[in-house]
Amino acid sequence: MGRLIDLLRERFGDKIVESHAELGDETIVIRRDDQLEIFRHLREDPAMAFDFLVDEIGVDYLGRTPRFDLVCQLLSVKHRHRLRVKVPIEEGDCWAHSLSSIWKSANWLEREAWDLVGIRFEGHPDLRRILMYPSFEGHPLRKDYPFNRRQPIVPERDPIENPWPPRGVGIRR
Amino acid sequence: MTAPAHAGRPPMPPLQRASDPVHEIMELQMGPSHPASHGTIKFNLRLDGETIVECDVEIGYLHRGFEKMCEQGTWSQCFPYTDRLNYASPLINNVAFALAGEKLAGIEAPERAQWIRMILSEVSRVCDHLTCLGMASVEVGAFTVGLYMNEAREYLYDIVEAVTGARVTVSYCRIGGLTNDVPARFADVLKDRFAKVRALVSDCDKLLSRNRIFVDRMSGVGVMTPQDAISYGVSGPMLRATGVAYDVRKAFPYLYYDRVEFDVPTGTRGDNYDRFRMRLLEIEQSMRIAEQGVALMPPGDVRIKDPRYVLPPKRDVYNSIEGLMNHFKIVMEGIKIPAGETYLSVEGANGELGFYLVSDGSGRPYRVRVRGPCFFGMASLGQMLQGLMIADIVTTFGMVNMIGGECDR
Repeated sequence: MGRLIDLLRERFGDKIVESHAELGDETIVIRRDDQLEIFRHLREDPAMAFDFLVDEIGVDYLGRTPRFDLVCQLLSVKHRHRLRVKVPIEEGDCWAHSLSSIWKSANWLEREAWDLVGIRFEGHPDLRRILMYPSFEGHPLRKDYPFNRRQPIVPERDPIENPWPPRGVGIRR
Repeated sequence: MTAPAHAGRPPMPPLQRASDPVHEIMELQMGPSHPASHGTIKFNLRLDGETIVECDVEIGYLHRGFEKMCEQGTWSQCFPYTDRLNYASPLINNVAFALAGEKLAGIEAPERAQWIRMILSEVSRVCDHLTCLGMASVEVGAFTVGLYMNEAREYLYDIVEAVTGARVTVSYCRIGGLTNDVPARFADVLKDRFAKVRALVSDCDKLLSRNRIFVDRMSGVGVMTPQDAISYGVSGPMLRATGVAYDVRKAFPYLYYDRVEFDVPTGTRGDNYDRFRMRLLEIEQSMRIAEQGVALMPPGDVRIKDPRYVLPPKRDVYNSIEGLMNHFKIVMEGIKIPAGETYLSVEGANGELGFYLVSDGSGRPYRVRVRGPCFFGMASLGQMLQGLMIADIVTTFGMVNMIGGECDR
């Protein structure tokens, strides 16, 4: 086990649901209810000092319960160490606490996680879509969103029912 | 036909109308296609005269669904997509994806391949900085510098073209190595081109660095404190301009960055001028790394010989059934990377470029996530622009160096 995991297990006990250090990436899994407490500790504790939220994304494990993982990559610029924190999220209760009060980068990252994976963030100041347009339906990075589904803003013309006019009719060259 | 739905962006909260129209706040939308902003981006501005009161940055105009596309193909088929993330330095994306994939697979490319990756990453970094600085100079009126830097970049593209066969869409790396070795006269070409680039960059330095007009436009504009920069997740030259010496190449050495000598320049004020200086100084450091790399590079293979991950030689494919089957399996089913997850980051031209990969053991990636550095620079732009003038948007945005392909994915 990694050094950080040992420290966190000592401090939080069974609030750390699971942990591993596969391939050298120290990872902990926590419950959503403890999310804010643990993240605040990670930010403020001098031994941790994770001042840099590198990434915060949703991963859809379709068919597993709980279905989603919120995956955060943390970095301490001061101590030069990294940690990955995962928060499992149920499909029917798909929200997490917003980290935007702890790290400013969480603001846009959470907008993206909402936009693409559909995880709502409680306490986010401005949760709207960021990469897709506001009237887009669904969340494209979910596994049950078909990769070839089309959502044209302007309705598409059916080429069978409404083909181009024959050559020379209507179109002047 | 219904009204176009994209017009339905939630409006900003209503304005407080002042009784005196002179003091009224005006809303202005700059972009998405503005001639002074390279890249498709929209600024929703609130202006008091020419001063920016509030700025809401809207991105996503170049969203192509990179992460969704990667999930549809095999691992090898992701490489052409990674070229199109940061198209100013595609080789760094290639290298980052290959390294992340190799970390997940538990393999390592041969030493020569790693050195070549490192040298070409640095060449790409110079290209990226030249693009950024050249375009930013054109936008403030220094057209000559733009042309000089483009010329220098073309010299470097000659190197890239000689090695990979393409200027921009390189697709040069593979999981387990590289597509091919560098040409025989690589070291000579590199030396020759670097000499030309150095001369041009030195000219640009003289034209800009102490130029009164340029310094007045850049200095003290777009200031960010180190605390804010770290909190916003800003990395690379923008973070180092604030004085924080964080560079992935030094902090978490990958490839052979711990075997070469180079300096990490840092700024003091965190304004646009410092960001400009950081990039200019890094050009020299990158060329230093590349030159050391060429001297230290050993001969040998550029691909591992593991049949699980690497295509067999064509001689085997055409002459033996095992070779043919191996080839077929890798092309049709994809290489089978063991189930697991990993995050690997490299120092991209604009900051920490990371790949988070999840594999389920099939031949296709389960989840590919790219952490593009520009995204975070753009997130901080709204705050940086507050209180500045409209004309400062152009310089500040230029120094963030947003690359649409990477920011919007």
